[in-house]
Amino acid sequence: MEILLAFLVGGLSAVGVYLMLRPHLIQFLIGFLVLGNAANLLIFTSGRLGSQFPPLVQPGGTVLTPIANPLPQALILTAIVIGFALAAFGIVLFFRAQQVLHTLNAEAMPESLEAAPAPSPVDEVREERR
Amino acid sequence: MSWLLVLPLLIPLATGILCLVLASRPAQRVLGLVGALSLLGSALALLIQVNARGIQAVQVGNWPAPFGITFVADHLSALMVLITGVVAVAVALYALATGDELREHLGYYPLSQLLLFGVNGAFLTGDLFNLYVWFEVLLLASFVLMILGGSKAQLTGGVKYFAVSLFSSILFLVAVGLLYGATGALNMADLATRMGSVAPGLLTALAMLFLGAFGLKAAVFPFFFWLPASYPAPPVMISALFAGLLTKVGVYALIRVFTLLFTQDVGFTHGLILWIAGLTLFLGVLMALAQGELRRLLSFQLVSHIGYMLMGLGILSPLALTGSVFYALNHMIVIAALFLLAGLLQRLQGTTVLVRMGGLYRSHPWLAVLFLLPAFSLAGLPPFSGFWAKFTLVAAGLQAGQYAIVTVALLVGLLTLLSMGLVFAEVFWKDAPQALGQAPGGWGGLVVPVVLLAVLTLGIGLWAEPLLGLSQAAARELLEPGRYIEAVLGVSR
Amino acid sequence: MNTLILKTTSRFLFTLLLLLSVFLLLRGHNEPGGGFIGALVAVGAYALFALAHGLNAARKLLPLPPLRLVGWGLLVALVSALVAFFLDKPLMTGVWFSLFGVKIGTPVVFDIGVYLTVFGALLSAIFGLEESAHTQEGS
Repeated sequence: MEILLAFLVGGLSAVGVYLMLRPHLIQFLIGFLVLGNAANLLIFTSGRLGSQFPPLVQPGGTVLTPIANPLPQALILTAIVIGFALAAFGIVLFFRAQQVLHTLNAEAMPESLEAAPAPSPVDEVREERR
Repeated sequence: MSWLLVLPLLIPLATGILCLVLASRPAQRVLGLVGALSLLGSALALLIQVNARGIQAVQVGNWPAPFGITFVADHLSALMVLITGVVAVAVALYALATGDELREHLGYYPLSQLLLFGVNGAFLTGDLFNLYVWFEVLLLASFVLMILGGSKAQLTGGVKYFAVSLFSSILFLVAVGLLYGATGALNMADLATRMGSVAPGLLTALAMLFLGAFGLKAAVFPFFFWLPASYPAPPVMISALFAGLLTKVGVYALIRVFTLLFTQDVGFTHGLILWIAGLTLFLGVLMALAQGELRRLLSFQLVSHIGYMLMGLGILSPLALTGSVFYALNHMIVIAALFLLAGLLQRLQGTTVLVRMGGLYRSHPWLAVLFLLPAFSLAGLPPFSGFWAKFTLVAAGLQAGQYAIVTVALLVGLLTLLSMGLVFAEVFWKDAPQALGQAPGGWGGLVVPVVLLAVLTLGIGLWAEPLLGLSQAAARELLEPGRYIEAVLGVSR
Repeated sequence: MNTLILKTTSRFLFTLLLLLSVFLLLRGHNEPGGGFIGALVAVGAYALFALAHGLNAARKLLPLPPLRLVGWGLLVALVSALVAFFLDKPLMTGVWFSLFGVKIGTPVVFDIGVYLTVFGALLSAIFGLEESAHTQEGS
């Protein structure tokens, strides 16, 4: 089973990295989600499948045998929520970028800001006055 | 008193929350400054406590050590938190004087407090997965700050920053997952005791994953191109915060992980770090020399000088680590001062493109002096704090027989001086290219934080002994992980 | 959306969903549920109401703007974490006491904070998206 999951993680990582390297930002975002899933599966697998590490119990308490290690699940849940927040922010960011820059192709975006160094609002007012 | 340790976390959080609840702009402004000042105060108290009683640890929620989440403050953490407080105060003063109503309305104050919350959490946590969570907290805050106001340049820079940060986050997550799989632990002190049982080859591979993840955050060679593409984009009250704090979190994580966990194959891992340090130093400063825009130039200087901090880590001797820690502290102050100064110059001249600036020496001679203080400190001239930082590192390099890196370090110091000299010539010395309008009123307040930071770097330079002693204590603790482990695992047993 | 069925049923469903969300919130300590899930259900209730009766009608049913709710939620969570201070225990230590036979503790208060935070954050996101969708249709 571990071998199978290892191949799955490898495959997902390959797909994720490939997509993240594409110039289109939506492809990048989907690549991030795929790669994030690969990372979560990896944590899940490296926490051992089955019940080698049962949950902690009070001294003298009974250890329930068919219970899996809960820690990786807690880690994955945290990582999923964080990934969810990042992806949501990414969608909004790219939506705004599309509105302002009129492209979602990363290669079409300007490389350098030297032509227009970010003005502060105060300076924008000054430019208008000239 | 374990509460002193969590105060640097609670203060920014509480300030941020109050800013959200109150929502009125004047209240937020006052809160921003009060929060930063009390953060500085609590950080100072924490440092005094750590210095007097050794490494402090607190188990959140009263769960015993390897199971719950631990916060630890040793000298390194406490010093980093302290300088974070200094930068926070300076930037808060600057933001107050800027009066950028648009971004204040959009939530600058809650977000910057959230950023400080994340940065302090990353410095103080003793748990590797928790470190990941703190990284995400500060990243999310920084993403929003980066594009706050939504100008074209900010969005272009923000997309790059976002993309690179996402990748480094996943790399970090994967590295943590694999390390957990190999050892079954996440508490850093607990991990340190278990590293011996892992196959050395696997450990080195894991070390490389962490080097990649933190290297991306710290913007070292070959991962530094995102930084100059994004940091100049937001207004200075945001980018100074980033420049002072964010990369140092990456450096801190590198120092922590490569002194506490990955010290098995020092010849390979730390040798590699030394190469990275040299290349970062050299390429960064060369790129800085080629820039025509002040904030991009400063961003490349920022990248270049990260190399000095890695140099000490790569040599890994007590003196070298002292130099690294001292350099990080000094650099946070100096680079924040230079970024704030860049904002001030932009306010005065309406641009930060060097060819379009000029004539300031004639109109504001004292401003030229104010520029030279942090600039000389950056280049490492006595009597500024940068001199002692470089001096310690070079001495450590000579002691260890690493002549190549010492040569690079000295050469980069010279090139930095050249680069700062060019800026001085362009901005202050040469005549103004066109008649510039009068500066808009109310820029006087912007000088205050710059003066504070400049005086601080001069003060540390003239009276280096206390901070150098504290850095030395930090280095000693880093090289003897036993004390760290005892403080964390021995507390509640 | 302007259907009579949705408009009528959404009134009932709104109340029912809010009740369900509170139920989930309080049940969360030992059984599946909790502040996060409860808030998601409550957001669902408001989203449904906004869909049926328009954004402004849904806004009127809120005591505070969503982002302010986030602030209050965080404040509640922070206060629950600080209670341990007065008992000289580390941050976030759970403190329990009994009130008329009902066990109440700081984890419950923390969960209420989570509820408010998630509710406010998601609702402001949904309202924001809805608004920008409408302005784009209009323009």
